[in-house]
Amino acid sequence: MTKERMTQVKMGDPLSRVESLLKVTGGAKYAAEYNLPNEAIGVLATSTIARGRIKNIDTREAERAPGVVAVVTHENAPEIPGYSASVDNEGSRVYGQEFRLFFDGTIYHNYQPIALVIADTFARADQAATLLKVTYEEESHDTDVRNSLDKAFKPERHDDYSRGEAGAYKSAPVKIEQEYQTPIQVHNPMEPHVTTAVWEGDNKVTVYNKTQATKISQKEIAKSFELDEENVRAYSPFVGGAFGSSSRVWPQEMAAIMGAKVTGRPVQVVLKRNQVFNMVGYRPRSVQKFSIGATTDGTLTGITHDAYGSTSQYEQFTERLLDPTKTMYSCPNLDSRYKLVRLDMSTPCWTRGPGETSGSFALESAMDELAYALNMDPLALRLKNYAEKDPENDKPWSSNYLMECYEQGAERFGWSKRNPEPRSMREGDWLIGMGMASGIYKAARDRAVVRAKLSPDGSLLVQSAVADTGPGSATIFTQIAADVMGTAIENTRFEWGDSTLPYAPGQFGSHTTASVGSAVYEVCTALKQRLQQLATGTASAAMQQAGPDELVFENGTMGLKDRSASLSYGEILKQQNLPQLEVIKESEGGPLLDEYSSKSFCANFVEVRVHAATGEVRINKVVSAVDAGKIMNYKTAESQVYGSVVWGIGIALMEEGKIDHRFGRHVNNDLEKYHVPISADVPEVDVILINKPDPVVDPMGAKGIGEIPLIGFTAAVANAVYHATGKRIRELPITPAKLV
Amino acid sequence: MADDNTIDKTSQESDIPNNHSDARRTFIKQSSLLTALALAPASVVKAAEGKIDEKVADKFENVPVTLEINGVRKKLSIDPRTTTLDLLREQLGLTGTKKGCDYGQCGACTVLMDGERINSCLTFAVMLNGKKITTIEGLATGGELHPMQAAFVKHDGFQCGYCTPGQIMSAVACIREGHANTDDEIREYMSGNICRCGAYPNIVNAIKDVKNSGQKI
Repeated sequence: MTKERMTQVKMGDPLSRVESLLKVTGGAKYAAEYNLPNEAIGVLATSTIARGRIKNIDTREAERAPGVVAVVTHENAPEIPGYSASVDNEGSRVYGQEFRLFFDGTIYHNYQPIALVIADTFARADQAATLLKVTYEEESHDTDVRNSLDKAFKPERHDDYSRGEAGAYKSAPVKIEQEYQTPIQVHNPMEPHVTTAVWEGDNKVTVYNKTQATKISQKEIAKSFELDEENVRAYSPFVGGAFGSSSRVWPQEMAAIMGAKVTGRPVQVVLKRNQVFNMVGYRPRSVQKFSIGATTDGTLTGITHDAYGSTSQYEQFTERLLDPTKTMYSCPNLDSRYKLVRLDMSTPCWTRGPGETSGSFALESAMDELAYALNMDPLALRLKNYAEKDPENDKPWSSNYLMECYEQGAERFGWSKRNPEPRSMREGDWLIGMGMASGIYKAARDRAVVRAKLSPDGSLLVQSAVADTGPGSATIFTQIAADVMGTAIENTRFEWGDSTLPYAPGQFGSHTTASVGSAVYEVCTALKQRLQQLATGTASAAMQQAGPDELVFENGTMGLKDRSASLSYGEILKQQNLPQLEVIKESEGGPLLDEYSSKSFCANFVEVRVHAATGEVRINKVVSAVDAGKIMNYKTAESQVYGSVVWGIGIALMEEGKIDHRFGRHVNNDLEKYHVPISADVPEVDVILINKPDPVVDPMGAKGIGEIPLIGFTAAVANAVYHATGKRIRELPITPAKLV
Repeated sequence: MADDNTIDKTSQESDIPNNHSDARRTFIKQSSLLTALALAPASVVKAAEGKIDEKVADKFENVPVTLEINGVRKKLSIDPRTTTLDLLREQLGLTGTKKGCDYGQCGACTVLMDGERINSCLTFAVMLNGKKITTIEGLATGGELHPMQAAFVKHDGFQCGYCTPGQIMSAVACIREGHANTDDEIREYMSGNICRCGAYPNIVNAIKDVKNSGQKI
């Protein structure tokens, strides 16, 4: 144990990320970067039709091309036992038949993988993939939600929700009835989807994988290949962003594993940028009919929300479009329905704020429209309808500091300086607009298991299978462990991203800190109790008798508060001749969680400048005030808010997956034409973190922060654009063409 | 080319090119093979007949390139289709430089060529003869982080870390070019590097910090 730098940290401290050095030096290895001995590269060839069958696929030339090791298609693919099993709608995360790679010649969507060309280098595999000759029996397809709203159906895993009287808004003195639309948006993490697979013998496989959930990878792959779970290792310490898009097993994983099986070599499969748009999930387009009514003083009397999403021909993907509507405001009457349209597209996938992001665009835009109809300040309307308890189930909030978000956000933003009149504020050619919106997002907690190992040198190792795709979970868990155990940060190490480590849920749904963090907290608490039990010798008698409040654990030492006795952790282990002290703890929260409704909250305030002649919209200023419970690390927490704000700017102003419906094919599937925000699109962002602990969700007091600031954000932009221009845009993104 | 081991058959194949690049490649292979066979010792000719003509073809179609990477001079034999990005990642094991799009649209692959930032995915490796390349692995000196690397850590200029090497290389060049005088200028001149996690405000702060510190970069 070195005595050089011993830093004590607390939860909340703005600690730099524990993996920082690897990330800034190029030392962090992502799934394509292991350069395994004899590794071959696989390139996926994809369909050029949206629906039909492969008539013939001629692979001869590709097989003969230089460096080619194998070409795998549905005609020669190894049998995947799980593909022939009956559909498991009890155990599956998405209802329906999962996509089966190279299973038969059926084409369900454009860009569907139809062959894997494996060669010794990428250039050769890529070249050979162009030599495949494919003919199809094409069938007519439908990729446009709007064509088929009349054929929409209620998904199996969705219950329509209502309270009070249906259609109550109709009799309100002031009402808004509108339709809002959001387009396809694509996660587009900077690292394209990638897997490198290696078999050891016939029944053991390792995948270096881009995944948010090593345990889901492990389980699903084991299921498909009928392997024992312990014989599947998903190794994913570094993941180049995911945002929901790596929360299930995708074709590149199956392809790499099949390719490695066929060739007997490690095989790496990386998707090309144009392949990530319609193969590995996307946020589906939404069409939402939204109506809201209020009395003349602004009291909400009724909401009717009919939402349409889309899914593939083989699965039913559902998202939480209606959730904000159900819970955001106090409103006695609400009826809502959610339906899906089947399209000849790949199955959509959870995308940052999945459902809430699109749903809140309708809700928070309509609230703004209602405020204008009432001649009322949009913030005042929200304050008026603040929900004292969760209107969906009448449960008390476990914590709710939305009022603080409103107050502090408005103050920092200067909301009071806003002239409510649309098109009233101008600087030269630029129209200025100010808008705001509220957000609500579930603060969930799931089961997790964590192992802690204390060594005689006083160092602590904490382990979990959890992934860290960028939010900073690994840093926070190191911090929780060091804080609870009183070990210096230099003596505290967290290991993650490996399915051989104890169970963790996927890093999604803003529940990672609450789930895995609680298990870290509890395993360290249990470890301290073990230390107390184990301590012997004259110094320890008093400590063994001591109650929890009389003991302090700090600087790697257990001692009495009055400092009359103390023992270092290392000494306790040495007394017992223990080479290591190990504790494993499973954690999932108690029954109290069910008695409360737990949510994170936010209020976003946005100032835009709209060029009067060209309709160009620039985001000028953002204040994002967030109640995410106790802040675990000020630095990474602010970064999470920045992330949501940048996503919100993209979704509000530019992101749109465009399909040429004649061909059922994306036309802007690259990063030049599918616009995502760049540095010049993002102004200074003012983040307000309320930082008050939630007493229910977890022992740290934390609630999720990764998604909440995005909820409602796009409406705040649209509301600001309305304020600037007098023009209400109800279909995202707000492009100049819609404003001029 | 398992069933295709004679020069005659190769030449027949070249009559039915599949596309431009393939035809060109076949031509290169053919011509280099012919040259090779004219000059080659008997063992090589025998090897070509023994169904390993492919390896011989590889040998002769590759292009010799001499360059300096992170201060180390290297003599390489390069498949002319290989991008600098793939050369770094596949052949040289320098995986710090990232592939985000392969079309010069995201900036994740940014490296310095003779001190200027380039998209390594848009630069064929055969164009590097005599050039000096600096990648993220070559930025720190003597075990000390480069000031820009340290500033990215301090300001949390990344989340997932995938665009980070490209951002850092670009940030170094941005200051050297004299394009880091105001926040807006930094934003404009860093806009070739996409960060999907949205670390832009922190990246701007990191660059500003390095610029204002007056450190030599």
